[in-house]
Amino acid sequence: MELCSFLTLDSFITDPLTHEFMRKALLMSSLVAAVCGFLSSYLTLKGWALMGDAVSHSVMPGVVVAYALGLPFSLGAFIFGVGSVALIGFIKQKSRVKEDTVIGLVFTGFFALGIVLVSKIKSNIDLHSILFGSPLGISLSDVKQTIFICLLVVILLSIFRKDLMLYCFDPRHAKTVGINVFFLHYLLLTCLSLAAVVGLQSVGIILVVAMLITPGATAYLLTDKFDNMTVISVFSAIISSLIGIYVSFWFDLETGGSIVLAQTFIFLFAFLFAPRYGIFKLKKLFAGYK
Amino acid sequence: METINYQNFRIEAENICVDYNGKVALYDANLRLKPGQICGLVGMNGAGKTTFFNALTGFVNISKGKIRINGESVRSAQKDQTIAYVPQNEGIDSQFPISVWDVVMMGRYGSMNIFRCPRESDVQAVKDAIERVDLNDHLSTPIGNLSGGQRKRTFLARAIAQRASILLLDEPFSGVDIRTEKLISELFIQFKNEGKTILLSTHDMIHVREFCDLVLLINKTVVAYGETSEVFTPENITTTFGGISPDFLFGPES
Repeated sequence: MELCSFLTLDSFITDPLTHEFMRKALLMSSLVAAVCGFLSSYLTLKGWALMGDAVSHSVMPGVVVAYALGLPFSLGAFIFGVGSVALIGFIKQKSRVKEDTVIGLVFTGFFALGIVLVSKIKSNIDLHSILFGSPLGISLSDVKQTIFICLLVVILLSIFRKDLMLYCFDPRHAKTVGINVFFLHYLLLTCLSLAAVVGLQSVGIILVVAMLITPGATAYLLTDKFDNMTVISVFSAIISSLIGIYVSFWFDLETGGSIVLAQTFIFLFAFLFAPRYGIFKLKKLFAGYK
Repeated sequence: METINYQNFRIEAENICVDYNGKVALYDANLRLKPGQICGLVGMNGAGKTTFFNALTGFVNISKGKIRINGESVRSAQKDQTIAYVPQNEGIDSQFPISVWDVVMMGRYGSMNIFRCPRESDVQAVKDAIERVDLNDHLSTPIGNLSGGQRKRTFLARAIAQRASILLLDEPFSGVDIRTEKLISELFIQFKNEGKTILLSTHDMIHVREFCDLVLLINKTVVAYGETSEVFTPENITTTFGGISPDFLFGPES
């Protein structure tokens, strides 16, 4: 019977919507994807992909400790996310070890700490859902927290949209005209930590970095305008989320993996066919036919 | 009165030192510039030219010494939009998705409200600045599609839009076409007449003789400083460049 329902696109889309958990998953994942997509254009331009990976992995022990103590998991994640960056900066400054080595070293250390803590603190923490995400099993309190964090990040990014763009583009000029670069640096880090926290519910800690860089990278191939880049990034993130969840529903696949895979395919499509920056440069091809 | 004495100088740097995590990049450097003066900053790569700029803009903290801009701290100079920095072409990400107009508008950010909404006066300042560097046909061109010279002019326009009284230019003539070079040198004369103070780093000895009233030769510290005609001697240049003769560096004509 399942095969028949594939035949109409209508039921492919509407059938899952009869389930409450699916409606919730689709809504929450789209929201999270939009926020991560928004941030993503800054991270890709700033060259913070590795930093995003580091922060998202480093929040692990924070999430575990917060759960164990009954605190909001976002608080623990936030402390460890920002803490890892501070530690990276400190080690880099005080030793001769190169930055990418320090980043790799610190975040794997934190991540390992998180895994060890999970095995020691025998509570109701589901390691699998932290690592791989569980958008279908998101609880009501998590929903509230996620909406709150998403709104906070969107408001912060919207207010400081232009300053952050300047900070990514030319921090020296920002400083010269009296803009607080230190504040912007930590603002971006804060948003990164918060986005990592909400993102990990959708796709899990291991893949959350994809939510933070792939939509931005896709958009970067498609436009030369920053505002367009943000819009494209947000939309490609939302669409990937929807595709990922639907596909995982119908084919019984891991949801987090499906979402990220959808993002990767959209990126590959842009990589091959982007009008100006794609391998096949569609614009030129069409121009040739005229 | 001492305040009047300060106001005579746009830039006053006294015995400044900068170190990055214990590595000394610049020490005991002094510089005094008045309105309308153009000073060339000459030195090898790694001699501390960019560090000097960074110290003046407040991008790095000095570990010793004192910097006064118009008699005030670097902090208040930043707030007052006093200093504009024109980066080297290599110093910026040319693939950043941003147009000429938006880059020049960034020159106005410091005097806008927190949302950076351009007022009419900001739009006018940006228009005028773009006009002065002759980029009217490229308002919405992404900077990645510009030539090296056009990109340089874009950043010069940003400095003009900022209405700064001090311009710091990192290698303004490197990698630019002849048209841009001519336009920049014309602008320098205009800036000088407007009473702006200009500090520019350059590798090109001919430019120093052509535009600079003063020259500051540095090699981690000041090797020589003064009127170009007096200080810009082959001996000083040789010392600045670690014993290599200027003929070898720049050809016998220079």
